[in-house]
Amino acid sequence: MKLDALIPAPLRKPAKPGESNGAKAPAPADLKTAPPERPSDAQRLGDRAKDAPADVLAWVDQRTAASGFLTGMLYRKVPKGTNWFYTLGSATLIAFVSQAITGVFLAMFYTPSTTQAYASIAHINNDVFLGQLVHGMHKWGSSVMVILVFLHMGRTFFFGAYKYPRELNWVIGVVLLILTMTMAFTGYLLPFDQRSYWASIVGININGTGPVIGPYLSDFLRAGPELGATTLSRFYAIHMLLVPGAIIALIGAHLYLVVKLGTTAPPWMKADKPKVASPVSQLDAGVDGNGAAPSS
Amino acid sequence: MSDETDKKNGAEAAGRSERPQPQPPGYFEGESMTRRRAFTVAVQGLGGIAGAAIVLPAVGFAVAPIFHQGKERWEAVGPVSDFVEDTYRQVVFTETEGIGDAGKTTAYVRRSSKQLDEKPGLFVAVSNRCAHLGCPVRFVEAAGNFICPCHGGVYDFQGKRIGGPPVRPLDHFQTRVRNGQVEVGPRYSVTSQLEPVRARDPGEFTGGIWEYLYPPRPSTFPPPSS
Repeated sequence: MKLDALIPAPLRKPAKPGESNGAKAPAPADLKTAPPERPSDAQRLGDRAKDAPADVLAWVDQRTAASGFLTGMLYRKVPKGTNWFYTLGSATLIAFVSQAITGVFLAMFYTPSTTQAYASIAHINNDVFLGQLVHGMHKWGSSVMVILVFLHMGRTFFFGAYKYPRELNWVIGVVLLILTMTMAFTGYLLPFDQRSYWASIVGININGTGPVIGPYLSDFLRAGPELGATTLSRFYAIHMLLVPGAIIALIGAHLYLVVKLGTTAPPWMKADKPKVASPVSQLDAGVDGNGAAPSS
Repeated sequence: MSDETDKKNGAEAAGRSERPQPQPPGYFEGESMTRRRAFTVAVQGLGGIAGAAIVLPAVGFAVAPIFHQGKERWEAVGPVSDFVEDTYRQVVFTETEGIGDAGKTTAYVRRSSKQLDEKPGLFVAVSNRCAHLGCPVRFVEAAGNFICPCHGGVYDFQGKRIGGPPVRPLDHFQTRVRNGQVEVGPRYSVTSQLEPVRARDPGEFTGGIWEYLYPPRPSTFPPPSS
């Protein structure tokens, strides 16, 4: 009803019969003056255009009901004391996205062949526009990602954020750590220079020192008893296709659990006076307000 | 939906006499399970077969190289007269085909020595692959030792470990003489007593119980009879 004041009179919804106040309400003042100018076509088109983004979003939302999920995720409560250490996970995610994007574009120029790999990397670095930059982002970004993974893991450990009910997320995180190391290991061979070659030989031999299955694992990685032509394409396929898919899927599960369970407060935060709240309702709320463990 | 629903539906249908009455409800005559259950089992079974049909060949494809033994390669590295008893001569030959220079490896070759109690008339080819983690060792003539640049592994004249982190002596290559040329063949590893065993990767012990903890791989060649 208040909205009506904003709407020009001709566009107002007519009052239902019997709803008007007086038996014969006086004609509105604006009818006695000249009718307002009708909006031009261009104006109306402009108005429609302004509404278009909202309309498109509404169209999608009506069919996916995504807004409820998104508001729940984006406006979820976080505990008091949340600080910069809590950004390490997001930083790791950004590092992974950077690796994925630069990796896709490097793959456009890289040739996974023992005779051409080295030359194709040299071509990327020396001839391709911004090639050295993109290659450098991928090369140094891998170290950044490994470092961030460990910092994130340390934060989780020292803040006690791995405890009930978040153990499964810790387990998923450990698998993601292993997959990240697999990416770093398989990616190291791809330039196929002296450093790549010998580092991979040493890495595969370290794998082989595992008792009983180690020697077979080495043969699996090399696709034979010696590092050969298929070793490179094997590493390339693992690096490009197998592990990234697994990482993306597990990051999805990791984030789902973060949103579902909420984050913990840092251990130095003290619990408030206990309100009337059962542990179950605390779990439902996603966060337990002030601390991971209830203090006695 | 479950068997419970089946029973309920069966009970409701009991009122209509013209239709067959499942007895007990949900089970038709002579059948050992409900139709819903039969379809569930069948669909899950088919899904499992379809999944296995996709996954098993792919996995087999990926692990097949473990069981594949390559072709035995022999390469001539020089006339018999090139090699002497008291020092090594460095030779380079192709161990892995198809990857250019990366497939080449280095061996140090000499005649077998009477002083060292070796069988006469044979040739000894010692691999330069360090038994620690696979770095290339070099023979230092002045010391008469093999020395690894990576982590300081040291081997004596026969390739036995005398210092550093390596876990066994240096690998050997089989040798033979054809048309006056010394030829080197497949790689094999040795125990600390220089008894030949199947080739192991660097870092893996040989001899004794280690033969079981680091089992020989099907992709390697049998060692020469000692």
